Amino acid sequence: MLSGQAAEFDYAGTQACHELKKEGIEVVLVNSNPATIMTDKNMADKIYIEPLTKKTVEKILTIEKPDSILPNLGGQTGLNIAMELYEDGFLASHGIRLLGTSPEGIKKAEDRQAFKDTMEQIGEPCVASKVVNTYEDAESFAKEIGLPVIVRPAYTLGGTGGGICYTMEELEETAKSGLHLSRVHQILIEKCISGWKEIEYEVMRDKNGSCITICNMENIDPVGVHTGDSIVVAPSQTLADKEYQMLRTSAIKIISALEIEGGCNVQFALNPNSFEYAVIEVNPRVSRSSALASKATGYPIAKVSSKIAIGYTLDEIKNEVTGKTYACFEPVLDYVIVKIPKWPFNKFLTASRKLGTQMKATGEVMAIAPSIEQALMKAIRSLEENVNSLELDKLKGLTNEEIREALKQVDNERIFVIAEALRRGINVDAIHEITTIDKFFINKIQRLVKVEKRLKQEELTKELLTFAKKMGYPDKVIATLCGKTESEIKQIRQENGIIANFKMVDTCAAEFDASTPYYYSSYDEENEALDKTDKKKILVLGSGPIRIGQGIEFDYCSVHCVWALKEKGYETIIVNNNPETVSTDFDIADKLYFEPLTSEDVENIVRCEKPYGAIVQFGGQTAIKLTKALTEMGVKILGTKEVDMDRAEDRELFDDALEKCGIPRPKGETVFTVEEGIKVANELKYPVLVRPSYVLGGQGMAIAYNDNEVKDFINEINKTEQEHPILVDKYMLGKELEVDAIFDGEDVLIPGIMEHLERAGIHSGDSISVYPTQHINIENQKTIIEYTKKIAKELNILGVLNIQFIINRGNVYIIEVNPRSSRTVPYISKVTNLPVIDIATHVILGEKLKDMPYGTGVYKQSDYIAVKMPIFSFEKIKNADTSLGPEMKSTGEVLGISKVFSEAILKAFIASGVNIPYKGNVLITVRDKDKIEMLPLASKLDNLGFHIFATSGTANFLNENGVEAEVVQKIWEGENSIPDLIGSGKLSFIINTPTKGKHESRDGFKIRRLAVESKIPCFTALDTVEALYEALEKGTKEEDLTPVDIGII
Amino acid sequence: MKGYLVLENGSIYEGERIGVERDVICEVVFNTSMTGYLEIFTDPSYAGQGVVMTYPLIGNYGLTKEDQESKKPWVEAVFVHEIAEMESNFRSKMHILDFLVEYEIPGLTGVNTRKLTKELRNAGTMKGKLVSSISHIEEIIKEIKEYSISHLVEKVSSKEKYTCGKGKTKIALFDFGAKQNIMESLLRRDCEVTVFPQDSSYQEFLTGEYEGIVLSNGPGNPEDCKTAIENIRKLYEQAQVPILGICLGHQLMGLATGAKTYKLKYGHRGPNHPVKDLVSKRVCITSQNHGYAIEDASINPKIAEISHVNINDGTVEGLRYIGHDIVTVQYHPEACPGPEDSSYLFDEFLERVRG
Repeated sequence: MLSGQAAEFDYAGTQACHELKKEGIEVVLVNSNPATIMTDKNMADKIYIEPLTKKTVEKILTIEKPDSILPNLGGQTGLNIAMELYEDGFLASHGIRLLGTSPEGIKKAEDRQAFKDTMEQIGEPCVASKVVNTYEDAESFAKEIGLPVIVRPAYTLGGTGGGICYTMEELEETAKSGLHLSRVHQILIEKCISGWKEIEYEVMRDKNGSCITICNMENIDPVGVHTGDSIVVAPSQTLADKEYQMLRTSAIKIISALEIEGGCNVQFALNPNSFEYAVIEVNPRVSRSSALASKATGYPIAKVSSKIAIGYTLDEIKNEVTGKTYACFEPVLDYVIVKIPKWPFNKFLTASRKLGTQMKATGEVMAIAPSIEQALMKAIRSLEENVNSLELDKLKGLTNEEIREALKQVDNERIFVIAEALRRGINVDAIHEITTIDKFFINKIQRLVKVEKRLKQEELTKELLTFAKKMGYPDKVIATLCGKTESEIKQIRQENGIIANFKMVDTCAAEFDASTPYYYSSYDEENEALDKTDKKKILVLGSGPIRIGQGIEFDYCSVHCVWALKEKGYETIIVNNNPETVSTDFDIADKLYFEPLTSEDVENIVRCEKPYGAIVQFGGQTAIKLTKALTEMGVKILGTKEVDMDRAEDRELFDDALEKCGIPRPKGETVFTVEEGIKVANELKYPVLVRPSYVLGGQGMAIAYNDNEVKDFINEINKTEQEHPILVDKYMLGKELEVDAIFDGEDVLIPGIMEHLERAGIHSGDSISVYPTQHINIENQKTIIEYTKKIAKELNILGVLNIQFIINRGNVYIIEVNPRSSRTVPYISKVTNLPVIDIATHVILGEKLKDMPYGTGVYKQSDYIAVKMPIFSFEKIKNADTSLGPEMKSTGEVLGISKVFSEAILKAFIASGVNIPYKGNVLITVRDKDKIEMLPLASKLDNLGFHIFATSGTANFLNENGVEAEVVQKIWEGENSIPDLIGSGKLSFIINTPTKGKHESRDGFKIRRLAVESKIPCFTALDTVEALYEALEKGTKEEDLTPVDIGII
Repeated sequence: MKGYLVLENGSIYEGERIGVERDVICEVVFNTSMTGYLEIFTDPSYAGQGVVMTYPLIGNYGLTKEDQESKKPWVEAVFVHEIAEMESNFRSKMHILDFLVEYEIPGLTGVNTRKLTKELRNAGTMKGKLVSSISHIEEIIKEIKEYSISHLVEKVSSKEKYTCGKGKTKIALFDFGAKQNIMESLLRRDCEVTVFPQDSSYQEFLTGEYEGIVLSNGPGNPEDCKTAIENIRKLYEQAQVPILGICLGHQLMGLATGAKTYKLKYGHRGPNHPVKDLVSKRVCITSQNHGYAIEDASINPKIAEISHVNINDGTVEGLRYIGHDIVTVQYHPEACPGPEDSSYLFDEFLERVRG
């Protein structure tokens, strides 16, 4: 049995399931995340998409009676549960073994004190630190070793709740919150070694004690920035062999002392001025870094880890890359990789962009190239931030002094600030002094800046152009710098034979003949990707880094599309740049190109492969954006055509299409300026919905209630240059519904209709979604099916589409149509048992639904109810507003499945991490217009036995209407105020509906942040509370719930 | 300035000249180490060879002479993809380019090292010439083909006998081109090490002074070392103290006891060679640098048993001699560059020495 967690572990779980099944082992999988490939029916023998809690896992273990648990491939959550089960004797009493690593080993690595003791025993140095359980102890130790210190809570994910403290005030705040967040109420106070080099090793060990290191990595950002938020290169660049081997030996000593059988990650801090080092952390499991190491080297860490767990030794496992050698060797690279994190700051305008020991990134990109410069440039454009070089426009206006100041800020733009500083003539030494970033890396940036200068000043010779390409400059940037057009540059390149060639990632620096179909581009001669095949080739575009609004759901779709195409006998080519995904495992597609998803980079691949066609509808907005470029390259778009996709995205064309079909939509207009916006808003009457066109995840979308807000929102949108007009629509209040459908030109197949529990106005990705619908009448359902079919036909959809509906006063309206796969596809596929992507791929290739065994219209309704619940990472992003609205904020999702609605929703709440309160205290602060609506809900909570706290206005209103409520003082009102109440730990949850505006000075904002930091659930939509009430109403407890094997659905 | 590497099969690789501008003929081999370029360039086992570094960035951390494996670089030439413009490391005293100039080593940068490595892998190790002009290509190829490289051990071995350290255990080091870190590994373990030139007579080792003998690594074809093989045969027969053989030392002991050696297609040169200890079943990652190996079928099982094998290609990596206290390994327990995993071989050797 396996248990899993977040996106970056999907590749690990998927590899493990494959390997274990291949060995004839019956696999039971537990994971609450429905967007993963590992939770697909054919992945394991039994699959439970259930809350990852001890109680639920115990129940599943009782049902399935597995021989062993494999906990080290599913991230921290899986490991924690396994440890809890071990510690209270459950595993022993049920005769279940832990595979991979012994519980003692895990404890030695995870428990702060046990770890320190172990390191001391084997003579490996740690940073001066002490484990404490109270703030007082934290304070006295900090005084002893001196500030600054780092606070690290025990057993938390991604360092949640930790941070560097420079003052005693900061220590108090961080230490208290850390103690609260830790599962065992334990924090580590540690001497701050900011400025040291941060180096990681990925190590592997088998039962015979053979150890290998897969890869080492060096963070460009020195110690102080979480490794997940650091720009990372592999292998290490500034370590001589002496230091490299010193740390390697230490890593092997550690994995041996912990007796780990499988993969392990060791993080070191290395003093840049001596051989002094310290072990920072050991992860006795597959981690985010191992995903990166795995893709960086081509070494399948998760696969080998799972084989070791079931008893193989390293020298018995074949190296699948060469097919000749064994897994027991150390990869050597003849290229470098650069990883850059993808941060969600564009979604959280109020949030602090400062980077520290608390990870803030949602995803990452990786780039492979023969030089650091080229890899860095590739990684930057892979981020899809509309930045293609080290030039950031917003820095150009700053004075030299401001740039110097900006260098001191450790944030997501630091690398651009360094480039700007170098342009201004601030030298490498000075920048190193301020940033403590190694001069080696600053010099690499300087070399890139010099290329910019040469391109601006010199004549564009063949030599210069070749050099610029080898340094990673895309044609677009070269064109801008030397005053030519992109197509002119392309032409000059072609005339001079300056073209990208592809090199193989072979784990062995060409020492052995390899056949891995895993490539990266280089401007060195010799193309290694040439081959002969009689098969038709199809290009499948991946979805790039994980970000809010575009998560692994899209990777799920890309991978399933590849599998379906392979089955039909096509040769599949996948292009992607995300190391955390299944699609970038080299054995998924026939060929993997690890490249940026820009038109130039994709065109290089197209020129080399000459594919028969390309499929873009499964790779999210990243792939869709390339449709036009692909069409221009002469690549046939398989499935819905570019012009028709445009008709769904372009407001006027879309309105025409709807009108032709006789389908109503909320009234709206397109505008460019604030004046136009205000005029339209007044015509439509407030509230109105303001948003840019062509975006995913509702970015920049907001509901405006007056002219000022329209002005604010439009100004915000226009901060970035808009190619398309801004949309202003009448905001309609009502029930939101969503369908994913497959259309083959004649017939439509709808897996099911999903209902959003929160009303329109909250982004669909952030709402709780229920399948099948619970509150919709037959008439409306019929209308939805009819509209779906009509619009699909009108837009010439071929493949999948996603439609959002709204029901207002009994009438069905279409809000939007997405002519592509959506984030609900994995979820709906699983709960309806309909292989949506597989069917859609067949349809794209020309097959008809009526010739397939699934029927047309709405697919037969499941006996089970599935509730999809969003999960957020608010605690990690300081000052992000947690209130829900039209712009998506969630970073993941979980599922609750049951035959009973209330149980499904209860499971979903538990899985999402909400500590279900059955009684206790509730704080209610709602805006005036919500008061009436709040009343029945408050009354229900009152009846369930909750004690209600409210600010005077709300409390008076509730008391007047017969609901008992105790008054609590507002934030600025001194004693017994809301912050005290939240801090007291007495609250079970908070209901806070946001007033308009996004300002962080508002009370509501402060309450919500306090709630996040104190880990108290805070609901910002009444509908969510209503859903919670449904879950609580019957008094069902977690232990009463029955886990469901999705195989029986 | 442009330069070219011409291989004996006629292939040409272009690059920018670095180091001293001198044309040179050498055996072209590749090394897959990602760190340790200085150790490689100064390893006497590379005498007569031009080294292609497969890792594309060389010179990143500069260099300090304390990391040298001998007093000077022995490589004939170096072929690299890119030399770092700015080096960075707290110990660095020098840029790699200045070092190459100082010791008059020629080389090329900007070489398509991956393509070159693939060619050497597929066609096998070849001779080549580093030149500045390819206008008389036929002559160059003819010259390469006629050139023979031999007697390298004589070139690299110490000319005099000398002693280092004041440790309690006296060890004799038979020097065929010993790496500095073999000496260091012994000195660190409280030894006094006496170095013997490659043509020393076996009798010098049998004075009773030395408690253990180490046969060092070295360059070239082991069969060239006729005198040494004879002396080692006598040591096999007469020495009463433990013997440890490393790399060439391992091959010479094999030849001295009747085994045969052969040339590998493209050798083992890198930091990542998995070697299995057939007794403990454990695998160590080892540092290797050899073009020849002992043929396993030629080993007389009455004389020696195979103790270690290479996981990748099954070649012989270690022998334990029956009835004699002799252990020899094909790889480098002294590391530098490469993993330190097999340094325990020195500990075991000295345990046997000290009884």
